[in-house]
Amino acid sequence: MKIEISRQKVHNEFAQKVEEISGQNLFACYQCGNCTAGCPVSFAMDLGPHQVIRFSLLGLEKEVLESNTFWICASCLQCTSRCPKGLDIARIMEAIRLVILRKKERLDRLEIRELPGEFLDRVPQIALISGFRKFSS
Amino acid sequence: MEYLYFPGCTLYTKAKNLDEAGRECAKVLGFELRELSNWTCCGATFPLAKDNIMALAPPARILARAKEEGGTLTTLCSVCFNVIKRANRLIREDSEKREKINTFIEMDYQGDVRVLHYLEILKRDVGFETLKAAVKRDLGGLKVAPFYGCMLLRPSEEMEFDDKEAPTIFEDFLKAITCEPVDFPYKIECCGAFQSVGAPEVATECAYSILSSAVRNGAEAVTTTCPLCQFNIDSMQKEVHEKHNDFPGIPILYFTQLLGLALGLPVEKLDFGRNDVDPRPLLKGKELI
Repeated sequence: MKIEISRQKVHNEFAQKVEEISGQNLFACYQCGNCTAGCPVSFAMDLGPHQVIRFSLLGLEKEVLESNTFWICASCLQCTSRCPKGLDIARIMEAIRLVILRKKERLDRLEIRELPGEFLDRVPQIALISGFRKFSS
Repeated sequence: MEYLYFPGCTLYTKAKNLDEAGRECAKVLGFELRELSNWTCCGATFPLAKDNIMALAPPARILARAKEEGGTLTTLCSVCFNVIKRANRLIREDSEKREKINTFIEMDYQGDVRVLHYLEILKRDVGFETLKAAVKRDLGGLKVAPFYGCMLLRPSEEMEFDDKEAPTIFEDFLKAITCEPVDFPYKIECCGAFQSVGAPEVATECAYSILSSAVRNGAEAVTTTCPLCQFNIDSMQKEVHEKHNDFPGIPILYFTQLLGLALGLPVEKLDFGRNDVDPRPLLKGKELI
């Protein structure tokens, strides 16, 4: 993949938006990969959390938004807890979810009617409430 | 000793076995849980976006009511504990957000209610030595793996609960009630949380990793404080079995059920029938029920 780097690209609009919502400075990341190594759900991610941060700074907005990384994130804060630069990576993942969920198209990731009836009978409130808070607008 | 008790969304229904045993044990141990009046759901997630102040209104209201009713607030559910404790700190330390929240909820709350998890009451206020002395039914070194999950521990500088990588409160609790705590590397991992609704196949793998590690390390049962963990590692063992034929299955008990068992509560108060993987064959085999 050929990537052209420029100042505008590095601090692009997408990266700025993620920084604004998350309150995190993406430039603090030095790509050690600790977040991805300790992530309990990284096995299911297209990109590791550290790659998402790098891609965002390279202006690869489309690649980031098309990855499943931030949808798979369970906000367990293991990455946040272990980041040697003190970045709250779970907040960065939340910000990227919100970049999508706050669009006027309201592209919800989860629809209640898509959940099987048998599952709805046994799933506890706590799972539904937290799930819909994370996956719908 | 009296505490204001916040049950949360799940404890009156799906997690009745967490709630009822917790209330009964408090009576035996000599502290009172007075249920907070007019409580609402805490929101079940702490908002991670800087500008999401709206999601702080529910925990702020809960805390402001606790202040009015004058007491230390306690929860059994780890998620409620996490959301309420983090919101409390934010209200205390961020004056701008505090003002916005108070204007919205039409209350005046400064972030000064003490928030404790039930396990902390057992450790700090009752004391594990006193708890040990109150044991009526020796659990005979039942091998139990304590599953902390995420919400009690992280972020550690806000939760101030225990060491974020090597916590011990759950093990100390288990020792006090005559269980043998089983150490296993997945004890502070995530159960998959809300991914059981968003990406169930991911949560299933989390449950498989956690539980097979507990089994490998010799656990006969796993214990948790959280209704979301309980669902993901108990009810979802059904999905784990569908994918991993080799998985033996293991009972998952709420910590209050084990506590109630040790304190000699009648078995019908412990509601074991509500646990998806029936723990009764194990407990009968050990002659504990």
